[in-house]
Amino acid sequence: MYKYDQIDQKIVNERVDQYQGQLDRYLSKELSDEEFRPLRLQNGLYIQRHAPMLRVAIPYGLLSSKQLNKLADISDKYDRGYGHFSTRQNIQFNWPKLEETPSILRELAEVEMHAIQTSGNCIRNITTDQFSGVTKDEIIDPRHIAEIIRQWSTFHPEFALLPRKFKIAVTGSKKDRALVQCHDIGLEFFINENKRMAIKVWVGGGLGRTPIIGSVIKNELEWEHILTYCEAILRVYNLYGRRDNMYKARIKILVKSLGIDAFKELVENEWKYIKDGPNTINTEELNRIGEFFSEPNYKKNIKNNLCDYTDEKAFGQWLSKCTNAHKKKGYRAVTFSLKETGKAPGDASSSQMRAVADLSNEYSFGEIRVSHEQNLILADVQEDKLHDLWSKAKEHHLVTPNIGLLTDIICCPGGDFCSLANAKSIPIAQSIQDLFNDMDYLHDIGELNLNISGCMNACGHHHVGHIGILGVDKNGGEWYQVTLGGNQGNFASIGKVIGPSFTAEEMPLIIKKIIEVYLVNRHEEEIFIDCVSRIGLEPFKDYIYQKSEAVE
Amino acid sequence: MTSQLIKNKQIVEDDWLIVDLAKVEEIIRMQAGKVVAFKLSGEDYPTKEQVSKTIFSDTGKILLPLKVFILHQDRLKKRVEKKEIGIWLSTHEEIDKYIELIGDLNDFPLIAVNVEKFADGRIFSIGNQLRNKYNFENELRAIGDILRDQIFFLKRSGFNSYLVKKGRNALDAIKGLDDFSEPYQGAIDIVEPAWKRNKR
Repeated sequence: MYKYDQIDQKIVNERVDQYQGQLDRYLSKELSDEEFRPLRLQNGLYIQRHAPMLRVAIPYGLLSSKQLNKLADISDKYDRGYGHFSTRQNIQFNWPKLEETPSILRELAEVEMHAIQTSGNCIRNITTDQFSGVTKDEIIDPRHIAEIIRQWSTFHPEFALLPRKFKIAVTGSKKDRALVQCHDIGLEFFINENKRMAIKVWVGGGLGRTPIIGSVIKNELEWEHILTYCEAILRVYNLYGRRDNMYKARIKILVKSLGIDAFKELVENEWKYIKDGPNTINTEELNRIGEFFSEPNYKKNIKNNLCDYTDEKAFGQWLSKCTNAHKKKGYRAVTFSLKETGKAPGDASSSQMRAVADLSNEYSFGEIRVSHEQNLILADVQEDKLHDLWSKAKEHHLVTPNIGLLTDIICCPGGDFCSLANAKSIPIAQSIQDLFNDMDYLHDIGELNLNISGCMNACGHHHVGHIGILGVDKNGGEWYQVTLGGNQGNFASIGKVIGPSFTAEEMPLIIKKIIEVYLVNRHEEEIFIDCVSRIGLEPFKDYIYQKSEAVE
Repeated sequence: MTSQLIKNKQIVEDDWLIVDLAKVEEIIRMQAGKVVAFKLSGEDYPTKEQVSKTIFSDTGKILLPLKVFILHQDRLKKRVEKKEIGIWLSTHEEIDKYIELIGDLNDFPLIAVNVEKFADGRIFSIGNQLRNKYNFENELRAIGDILRDQIFFLKRSGFNSYLVKKGRNALDAIKGLDDFSEPYQGAIDIVEPAWKRNKR
């Protein structure tokens, strides 16, 4: 993984000093609340319901065991012994003290970590595929590009105070697991006709209040120009994005109101002044960064002993749901579910963090990844060690075999923690997990993404959940709106609302009814989302709102 | 305490007089239940009436609102030659639209960009455009709601003087110029990115 040199370390250290100064000026009343707000936000610090919330960056979701141990230590020392992994592959601490935040940042800097640009109206953490580097269909390991963009975007002087937040995602493989079509900028790598690496550039996608699938602004961009082209897009956005209304301030609104062609013309016009300029990257720099992500020492001729365990059903279920194919023969990528029933989705205790760090040292070259589905991944595990790993991880409640299934719920912190939320989301996730606790039934239902957001800011990505749940405020009460048919990946789509919203108590039953309609209507091997696409929303609506007894 | 001017990492005397626009009654607008704090790029402000009512002195170094300069430019030719005229624009004014009307930017010894609100980052892109797209080479000044924490970014976006907001500590703001010693990306002040400047 990427290792800091003196330049990286200096920037992070200087940032801690700068932030300490900003906080001191705020505490001595030299800075007003309004003036301190953008400064603290750019450092991941929110003022929440109970305490400040600190969001720490995990660039493109990659952690070393040393870093994960540090996060565990911080959660014990400054928080309540746990952390929440977010859909932007970051980690959030819910209970730090404002005065202690500089000390937390200083400790993070010791392990090459920080909270830079994890919030605020700036370029946020670049996200990629959690299986980068280990999938078979990769054109480039997207982490190389993500690291290059990370450096370029860190304290970018021109884009420090944008109209609104700005999110960039990169996918290096044909199968998109990074949601590039739902980002402010999405970068999709491919090999062009001349057998050169090129990028398809998406712009103006996004979830939130106005969900929109992005538009293609450039079908084929030579990879060398990635930074200057992003710069041109951001310059146009910075100048013309709406600052008068925060709900209309994202780039998607600008792209939509101008139309993609007019927007593109503005971008191309800015680009011509900077194309081939100093920020153009070259093969040397790409290779220099690429070196950091070179392959570990994979073993050859690993004996496949998985047949020894065929009668262990729990292990079998875990193997099929929580491990993924690997480009190297004899290896698999393992996902530890942070979605155990009864736990807040995405939360990990300090002891779980330490356990995962230890397991990564023993089984996966000391590296861990965070997925946007809020799970933790060991990407390089030998097949003959899978059973050992499973047995050990089981003691730490990390082997719930529900990855990709109904109870692998993506969920924001919601009204229990977040002051923006309209409604609670964690208790909804828990009540649904409780209802679908039977593993056999869950596996029979099969692949299904259920995403929950506590408000239209959509941190829980509800629009692209096969089933999406959105917390809404109705006359001061907490209600839940249900969408069906959302999807992520290459065939991304935004879910459609099925009808009037429900109370928290009704929610598990509503999900149960949705599943019943699916089970009755599905063709053999047809997964939920395909069934919804085929039969449409009507049968679900009819059954849920009792217009008919659709399920016999 | 009046506003203090920072130039070359020092507090210096300001020998330019900023000409304010004529006051007119401003309409308070609301969006999404909040008072609109930012003017939209391209918004028709200042109005024609306001521009024509703006008055300024016939002698000395004056910094004129962009549109006021355009209105009076014929009779200001001599003073431009004498380097007595600078212009200032606001962050919502599109330089692209006016560039044709104002001739050679380098005739002005000083251009200032006014930011009404700290959080308005358009000032950075305008600085970049003035330097990079329109090749302005003389003094570029940030005025308005200028606080310590913008100054590092302003410097990197092509500004070289800063009129710190009234009542704020300019000596402290000077320190902001050195918040970071080795920035990653190429910008206006340091053109090459870190990986080209150093052996990494």
